[in-house]
Amino acid sequence: MRMPRGGARFVISFLALPIIIYVIFVIAPYLQAFYLALTDWKGITASPKFVGFKNFEVLFSDSVFWKAVLHHGILLLVLPLVTLIIALFFAFLLNMGAGTKGVRGSRFYQAVFFFPQVLAVAVIGVLFQAMYRPDKGGVLNGLLDLVGVEPIGWLTKPNLALWMLIAVLVWQAVGFYVVLFAAGMASIPKEIVEAAQLDGCSKGRMFFQVTLPLLWDTMQVAWVYLGIAAFDGFAIVQVLSVDRGGPDGSTTVLPLEIWRNAFTFSKYGYASAMGVALFVLSLTFAVLTLRVTRRERIEY
Amino acid sequence: MSANLTVERTEGGPDNGSGPPPVRRNKHDRGNPAFKGLSHLALFVWALTVILPILWTFLASFKTNTQIFTDPLGLPSSISWDSWGRAWEKANVGTYLFNSVIVVACGTAGTMLLGAMAAYVLSRFSFRGNRFIYTLFVSGMVFPVFLALVPLFFVVRNLGLLNTHLGLILVYIAYSLPFTVFFLSAFFRTLPVPIAEAAMIDGASHTRTFFQIMVPMAKPGLISITVFNVIGQWNQYLLPIVLLAGDDKKWVLTQGIANISTNAGYQADWPGLFAALTMTIIPALVVYLIFQRQIQAGLTSGALK
Repeated sequence: MRMPRGGARFVISFLALPIIIYVIFVIAPYLQAFYLALTDWKGITASPKFVGFKNFEVLFSDSVFWKAVLHHGILLLVLPLVTLIIALFFAFLLNMGAGTKGVRGSRFYQAVFFFPQVLAVAVIGVLFQAMYRPDKGGVLNGLLDLVGVEPIGWLTKPNLALWMLIAVLVWQAVGFYVVLFAAGMASIPKEIVEAAQLDGCSKGRMFFQVTLPLLWDTMQVAWVYLGIAAFDGFAIVQVLSVDRGGPDGSTTVLPLEIWRNAFTFSKYGYASAMGVALFVLSLTFAVLTLRVTRRERIEY
Repeated sequence: MSANLTVERTEGGPDNGSGPPPVRRNKHDRGNPAFKGLSHLALFVWALTVILPILWTFLASFKTNTQIFTDPLGLPSSISWDSWGRAWEKANVGTYLFNSVIVVACGTAGTMLLGAMAAYVLSRFSFRGNRFIYTLFVSGMVFPVFLALVPLFFVVRNLGLLNTHLGLILVYIAYSLPFTVFFLSAFFRTLPVPIAEAAMIDGASHTRTFFQIMVPMAKPGLISITVFNVIGQWNQYLLPIVLLAGDDKKWVLTQGIANISTNAGYQADWPGLFAALTMTIIPALVVYLIFQRQIQAGLTSGALK
C-alpha cells in the first residue's frame, strides 16, 4: 500500500511506542554491554573505568570460564544429537513411515510427549530434584533399590551431574520435535512413499533415503534451535545442580557465571565481558550451521 | 529402547542397502504385527517417562515427610490436603500465581498490541527507514539476553522500575517484540490489499481500518503468537530473578517455586513443596488440555516459518 492521506502521521503514531520501548530496554542495553565489557565497573557508586581488554585477559586465564565453554561444547554435541535421534525415531513410529496414516493413539502420544514443553524449566528443575535425590528416598534410586542396586549420587558425582542435567533437557525437548517432525512427515506426498514401497523399499531404507532428505529443512531449523538452547542452560543448572553449577563447577555454564558475577559478586564489567564471549560463541555457531547445512532444497 | 531399535531393524530388513532389499508389497509391510507391537511398546515407555515424574509429584503432595523418603514408590496412606493449605497460605503460592497472571496478562496484551501495530505499519506501508526499523526489530532475535543482562538491570533501576511489576511487564514486551514483529509482518504481508483499500475509500481512517478490518483478518496469526508469548512469558525465570529479586511479595510463580524448593529442606516441609509444585503444574495442564492444538501450533510456528 502506498501512502494515502494522513499516512505519515499514522505510521509515526503506530511505530513510536514500540520503538521507544524496544530501544530503551533492548537496543540500549545491548550496545552498553559491549562498552561495559571494556571497563572494570564493580559497583553502583563508582563510575566505570575503561580498562581495554583486561577483562578478556582475565577471562581467558579463568579456569571456570573454560569449564563452562567445555560444557557448552558437550551440550552442543549431545543435546541436538540425542534429542533429534529420539524425536525422529518416535515421529517415524507415529507415522509408520511417511505419507500414511499415523498409528493408533498417535494424537494421544503426541499430546503426552509435548506436555513438558509448556512447563517452565525452573519448575521441571524442582520436579527432578525429587527424581534425582542421592539417597534411597529419590525416585530413581528407589527404583534401583528394587533391583538391589546401591543409591547413586546423580547430581553429586562430578562426572555424572552434567549428563543428568542434559537428560532433563532432552526429556523436555523431545515432544516438541516429535510434533514438528510428525507434521513434516505427514506432509510428505503419499505418491512418493508408495512408489518407494512398490520398488521394495524397506522401512529402514525408507527412513534414511526418503523421509530424512525430505525433512532436511525442518531438521536444520531443529538443529539451530537446540544449538541455541545449548548456549543457555541457565535455569536448569541454577535450579537443579548442586551449589548452582557444582559439584565443583562440573555443571556450570556461561549464563550462570554471568548472572553470578553480576548479581552476587557485583563484577559488572567482567560479567559483561562474559556476555560478549557468549555472544561471539553463539553467533559463530549460528553462522557455521547455516553454512554447513546449506543444501539443495527438494521441492515437492 | 536401543533393544527395540535393533529388533525393529532385523524385522524391517537391512536399512543401509547392503545386500538386495527384500521385495515386498506394501500391504504386507504395513500390517507387520511385530513391528507394530514394538513401536507401541517404545512409544508407551516414553509416555510413561513423561507422565510418571508428574504423577509422582501429585501423589507426594498427599504423603508425609517420612513417607516420601522412606517409601518413595508407595502410594499415600491417606489423602490429606494440609500440605496444599500450607503451600497456598504460608508459602505464598496463591500470591505468586496471582502475580504471574497479572504480569503475563499485561505483558502479552502489550506485546500483541504494540507488536501488531509495528508489524502492520512495517509490512503494509512504504516509507524511508522502513527496512532499517524492521531489521532493528528482527536483529533482536540473534542476541542472547545474557549479553544485555547487566545494562538492562541498571536501565530498569535508573527508571525506578526495579522490583515493580510494571518494569517486568515493559521488559517482557520489549524482549517479545522481535519475534512478534517478525512473525506478524510475514502474516500481514499475506493478507489481501483490496479489502483494506476498499475500507479506506469508504472513509475509514487508517486506525479504524487496522482495528476493524486487518486485525480480524489476521486472527489465526495473532492467536498463534499470543499462545507463544503467553507460554514464553509465563515460564520466564531469568528476568524475574534479576528484576524482582528484592521484594518477595511481588515474585512470580517460577521464582517462587524455585525459592520454596531451596527452603523445603530447612523447614522440612517436602509435602508442602510438592503441593506447591502440583498447584503450578495443574493450571498449565488444564490450559494445555483445552488448547492443545493451538499450543502445539503456536509453539512450533517459529520453526515452520
